[in-house]
Amino acid sequence: MTGGSDEWWEGNAAVQVPAQVEYEKATSVEHALTLLTRYGPESRILAGGHSLIPMMKLRLAQPEMLIDINGLTELCYITLAGNQLRIGALTRHAQLLDSAVVGQYFAILHDAERVIADPIVRNWGTVGGSLCQADPSEDLSAAFAALKGTMVIQGPGGAREVAAREFHTGPYQTVVRPAEILIEVRLPIRAGGGSSYRKVARRAGDWPVGAVGAAVWLERDVVADVGIGLTALGARNFAAAEAEDYLRGRPATADNLDRAGQIAAENCRPVADQRGPADYKRHLARVLTARVLSEALSRAGG
Amino acid sequence: MKLTVTVNGTDHTREVEPRLLLIHFLRDGLGLTGSHWGCDTSNCGACVVWLDETPVKSCTVLAAMADGHRVRTVEGLADGGRLDPVQEGFTQCHGLQCGFCTPGMMLTARWLLDHNPSPSEAEVREAISGQICRCTGYENIVRSVLWASRNGG
Amino acid sequence: MIGVREKYEGNGAYGPLTRKEDARFIRGRGTYVDDIKLPGMLHAAILRSPLAHARIVSVDASAARAHPRVEAVITGADLAERGLAWMPTLSADVQAVLATDKVRFQGQEIAFVVAHDSYAARDAIELIAVEYDPLPPVSDATTALDAAAPLVRDDVPGKLDNRVFDWTAGDKAATDEVFAGADVVVGCDMVYPRSHPAPLETCGIIADFDAVRGKLTLWSTSQAPHAHRTIYATLTGLPEHKIRIVSPDLGGGFGNKVPIYPGYLCAIVASMATGKPVKWMEDRSENLMSGSFARDYHMHGEIAASAAGKILGLRASVLADHGAFNATAQPTKFPAGFFHIFTGSYDLRAAFCEVTGVYTNKAPGGVAYSCSFRVTEAVYLVERLVDVLARRLGVDPAELRMRNLLRPEQFPYTCPTGWQYDSGDYPRALRLAMDMAGYAELRREQADRRARGDYMGIGLSFFTEGVGAGPRSHMDILGLAMADGADLRVHPTGKAVLAISVQTQGQGHETTFAQLVAGELGLSPDEVEVVHGDTDQTPFGLGTYGSRSTPVSGAAAVMAARKVRDRARIVAAAMLEVAPDDLEWAEGTWRVRGDPEKALGIGEIAMAAHSSIELPAGVEGHLDASAVYNPPNLTFPFGAYICVTDVDPDTGEVAVRRFVAVDDCGVRINPMIVEGQVHRGLADGIGMALMQAIVFDEAGNCLGGSFMDYLLPTAKECPSYELGATVTPSPHHPVGAKGVGESATVGSPPAVVNSVVDALAPLGVVHADMPLTPASVWRAIQGRPLRPDLAVE
Repeated sequence: MTGGSDEWWEGNAAVQVPAQVEYEKATSVEHALTLLTRYGPESRILAGGHSLIPMMKLRLAQPEMLIDINGLTELCYITLAGNQLRIGALTRHAQLLDSAVVGQYFAILHDAERVIADPIVRNWGTVGGSLCQADPSEDLSAAFAALKGTMVIQGPGGAREVAAREFHTGPYQTVVRPAEILIEVRLPIRAGGGSSYRKVARRAGDWPVGAVGAAVWLERDVVADVGIGLTALGARNFAAAEAEDYLRGRPATADNLDRAGQIAAENCRPVADQRGPADYKRHLARVLTARVLSEALSRAGG
Repeated sequence: MKLTVTVNGTDHTREVEPRLLLIHFLRDGLGLTGSHWGCDTSNCGACVVWLDETPVKSCTVLAAMADGHRVRTVEGLADGGRLDPVQEGFTQCHGLQCGFCTPGMMLTARWLLDHNPSPSEAEVREAISGQICRCTGYENIVRSVLWASRNGG
Repeated sequence: MIGVREKYEGNGAYGPLTRKEDARFIRGRGTYVDDIKLPGMLHAAILRSPLAHARIVSVDASAARAHPRVEAVITGADLAERGLAWMPTLSADVQAVLATDKVRFQGQEIAFVVAHDSYAARDAIELIAVEYDPLPPVSDATTALDAAAPLVRDDVPGKLDNRVFDWTAGDKAATDEVFAGADVVVGCDMVYPRSHPAPLETCGIIADFDAVRGKLTLWSTSQAPHAHRTIYATLTGLPEHKIRIVSPDLGGGFGNKVPIYPGYLCAIVASMATGKPVKWMEDRSENLMSGSFARDYHMHGEIAASAAGKILGLRASVLADHGAFNATAQPTKFPAGFFHIFTGSYDLRAAFCEVTGVYTNKAPGGVAYSCSFRVTEAVYLVERLVDVLARRLGVDPAELRMRNLLRPEQFPYTCPTGWQYDSGDYPRALRLAMDMAGYAELRREQADRRARGDYMGIGLSFFTEGVGAGPRSHMDILGLAMADGADLRVHPTGKAVLAISVQTQGQGHETTFAQLVAGELGLSPDEVEVVHGDTDQTPFGLGTYGSRSTPVSGAAAVMAARKVRDRARIVAAAMLEVAPDDLEWAEGTWRVRGDPEKALGIGEIAMAAHSSIELPAGVEGHLDASAVYNPPNLTFPFGAYICVTDVDPDTGEVAVRRFVAVDDCGVRINPMIVEGQVHRGLADGIGMALMQAIVFDEAGNCLGGSFMDYLLPTAKECPSYELGATVTPSPHHPVGAKGVGESATVGSPPAVVNSVVDALAPLGVVHADMPLTPASVWRAIQGRPLRPDLAVE
């Protein structure tokens, strides 16, 4: 996968092979961290490579050292641990889509994975790689924001946890420091929930024009909690916090869902690009928010 | 760097630049020109090969990443002189015209049928949706895969 | 396939044979240009302009030349010394090979680096320092003729504006009169966006100059190798017999591989300079940004009709964006191609069109992307107008078409702008399409759905193409008549080799042409080998594009086979000791009339013709023949298409639910291949209508320079097509065939757009420009349409 936002590509009259780079295979997370420390900020972790390698081909990324972590099978897992689902950073998108346990608890992730890039790219692209690329158009970031997940980041001094909504610091930027690696995503499993993700794209496999994911937890027809994630729509931290605040504690009526959509639209700042003008994207935020909330609710009731 | 890749069952050891893309390693390094490149941006799928057990877009994988792994290309699709049912299907159903996307399409089809021996038309379309064909409008590719599914998988 | 079936001609040789070509392709054993590796071969890469319009202050290639893996760097100044900095285009203009004075579009060629491997060549282009003095670009065709517009072509002496040409067709006075007297006149502005053929294989070349033999061999992605050879001879000064072009397996062409590109010429110069073979392959962004675009027509159309729904006249005014150089590929006398076939399939009194071409700071091109020279734009214009008229009149668009289609008895029909349509039964094709679609039932379903708030669209188009260019009297390209040759040799054992001037880019010539010859000679198609794509082995001809292979070269093959058959008759008569007139051709043999036992097949006759028997007077021996076919007219395939869509007006998403396509391309030699070509064109139409467009921003940046942004349809946007056929033979083609390779590309876009607009009719939408992306559909509903040619605001 390459960047969803167009601006980094424009005007690049093409150098479509990577520049010279050094390469080393990491044999463990500790080894990868050692290599990161040794080679410094010009080194990059290479996971699936489906974001990094296209950037390198266009020479928009020119790392001096690639640290290949594809051999770290210990980062490739989906496990239940108490009331958490834990997803290793090297889990391929296809594995997330194939996982029955993911589908059982988080339909939103299967909805999202079905529309992330294409089946071949999903075979090799990784969950952690997508998150760390931090493309504003990346679908899982919004899904994890909706699910209020937690990212586990490993550094030389140990692991730290960061809320999904605090993981990204801006387009293509995350809180992961040069000598750190994202190793895991943790998702809380809570009863009474349902979730959904819906993307509008110009074509199968294209980056979203806009997409919205929602997770809702009901208590006797009242929204006990809700998470709404927005993709490619200029939402702070990929989340529609104001809409969530509105909906929390209110009855799950169609009017309230529409109102939440409206609030989500009012509070995002989409930018125009070839996928669509800002007014349309704002409109999408509204329509899709209401739709995914409705579907999440129907799933919660199931 | 020195790497060893097992391509269609044969080990190949080569000295390569770490930046070398797998598609170029296969085509220029090993002379296996059946795999093509079409877009550079992992959109078209002309470069699809298997890396171990899964189809990947080899224009977006470094040859170095295949070190110690197995690669299967169109040249390894037939079993000796016997064509794979997918290859038969593409011929019987006119699943190709210019032939440029064909190797990648067939490798994806082979993978699909290995995992889902009786796919629906929609499942075939989904499986090949990361690959562009400019000649067939996909109709006969879909028919070819379904033919293979009915004729030996 | 459903349809009106007629007996296939050709002694059983015609029919849905699987293809001879497939055996190599399914094994990965095709040979495309980039698969070829010559000893000592060097690899090239091109430095391109990041700016759309700028004066070049300096080009410093010294660091690139110093790169240890670089063999040579060629700049515009180097080419200027050889008189090769500029080259002629296919449209009597010139194009910079490597820029010397200024750059005129983003992606324009500036320097050519030749290195020992392709990665090093790519590294070295980054070492070239170019200093630019930026100029304001012309990025909007609609303002290109404004007095204040920057001048794109200051290289042309005396050129003071950005006008390329003004051209008209039809009778303006008569048309205005018809419009003045009409009950109803409706008009529509519509843009056919800039697109690109984007074959999956990009363009490329290997140039290998052998100084000892004085021979230049080119392995090239060429749809027109013979024409290219003549042009290279003119350009380089090499004698034409010392140039050989091999166009091996091509990964699609669709018009993209008709022109000669600067990289080709640079590779030739580089091979001559280094004494080594030089390979240059475009990457995808080079292909999309600098190679040949198509369409880019800004059209205003008007249609006049009686209150009863009789179409009376058509008017069109077109602004054609030709980019920085007029490199349009089309017959010389037709600067707007065959656009004046825009009266379409209808019986009307008068028509007039005017086309103005303008220069802009965009890539040159104007190729016939899977169509015969601007017929695509013409069909789109008239088919949209008919729908707009139907809406105004409150008449069902199928009914309006049925009322106005040309009737079978009107053929041959001369349209108001002068084209003579050869044959057709249009109402039969439309009726078949409507029957297959269940048209009345679809309209009932649509009404039900509308009542429930669902938006379903039913779109029709009826197209007539003119293909198979073309008649020597008024069609040539760079002075070369559009005729094609065929050489047929029948070996002593009766096996034949046919050498043709056209070559396949996927169309299956090796199979179809074998069927054509087999049908004439009573052979099996397996007994006919087709040689193509090598100028040293094949006769001259103008190449494969504009659906001309079967109409022109196919006819040449048949004529050569008939010459062989006629000669065989004389030999057979001698063998049977009867007069030639006593023989009749039946069941693939020459046999004595009234005595079917006395019959000889081509195999026996060929052996005799090569043997020591005494030959009849006037027979030279052997069974070889050549033919050159000068088409007396174009062929005019036609068809009726119906597209059903479902539209979500809240998101603007469009889903194509069904696509019914009835094509009449005359006699079908290989219906399997014909249907495959129709499938292709339907996907093309879905792509054009819904997603394909190359757009520019104000600075002249190309926003469609990769497959991330120039979207092509996948299997998920395409439905399973429903094909039908009628067969109305061409009266002037030797086997009654018409071209078909591009019919669906021409006919399908208006069907999709008409369908989407039909879906949105309850919301007041009368027109929406392609590509109908979710955003543009939603904006059309809001009454604030997006411009399809400019960056989204």
